[in-house]
Amino acid sequence: MKVSILQFPGTNCEYDTQHAFEDLGASTEIIWHKSETIPADTDLLVVAGGFSYGDYLRSGAIAKFSPVMRAVKEYASKGGKVLGICNGFQVLTEAGLLPGALKRNEHLHFISKHHHLKVINNDNIFLEKLNENDVVNIPIAHHDGNYYIDQNGLKELYANNQVLLKYSDAEGNDKNPNGSVDSIAGICNKEKNVFGLMPHPERAMEAILGSDDGVKMLQGFLK
Amino acid sequence: MKVIVNVSLKAGVLDSQGKAVHHALDSLHFEGVSDVRVGKQIILNLETTDEVKARKDVTQMCEDLLANTVIEDYEIELVK
Repeated sequence: MKVSILQFPGTNCEYDTQHAFEDLGASTEIIWHKSETIPADTDLLVVAGGFSYGDYLRSGAIAKFSPVMRAVKEYASKGGKVLGICNGFQVLTEAGLLPGALKRNEHLHFISKHHHLKVINNDNIFLEKLNENDVVNIPIAHHDGNYYIDQNGLKELYANNQVLLKYSDAEGNDKNPNGSVDSIAGICNKEKNVFGLMPHPERAMEAILGSDDGVKMLQGFLK
Repeated sequence: MKVIVNVSLKAGVLDSQGKAVHHALDSLHFEGVSDVRVGKQIILNLETTDEVKARKDVTQMCEDLLANTVIEDYEIELVK
């Protein structure tokens, strides 16, 4: 199992992500954004979190033109699995690989804390180790995590089981920290090979650090 | 040629910054402000003097990079 992790100028979660996947037994490689190819043996490509290009213009707006993104699009179009975490989710929406956009948080604050998430759909490789309506506790750390999609787009997401995770309280009741449409925290594309979420499962790998609920999520990708 | 691009959130997309500024103006007792929208302005200097070409080029820049048309509108102003 080989996980390739993208690194842009300003990415800062690539080593956490590497540590998390290596702990689970995967081999990993960090790919600098100037690379025009991604390793041929890649089983999962992760667009890691951080502040690519300092979030200039919009989060993810400049990263989408990095040389490596052409290879990412080609990889995804052939069914390759792609996971965007936090800034990675923003990059994937900007690049058009996932629908919608991430706006400034409703109350304008940068939010950094553990937050509960409810599993909405698990008929995909990412969440197949969890059950629908399971609640996990995962850190969030973002300024622009307010997911937006228009009404037609939202209907399509639901119709195709593309809504993966919603922000909730510990009991699974709706609780919205950032103003996201329908409290959406994570989605996938129609083909269910490109995944994006604002919370950081790679930061929830050990109970002693607050939660190990991220293990079950990232394990889904392991063969 | 100088070109000014104004980018703002689409009508119907909640503008949290505009709302916060509106509240601040209210608390400073500026009356009669019915709405506030916060956007960004991008000022470009182009080599061309051809207005048609300038508008066409900048429209493409907006579609590709300067605006995210999922949530934002843009206006292009050519300044001589």
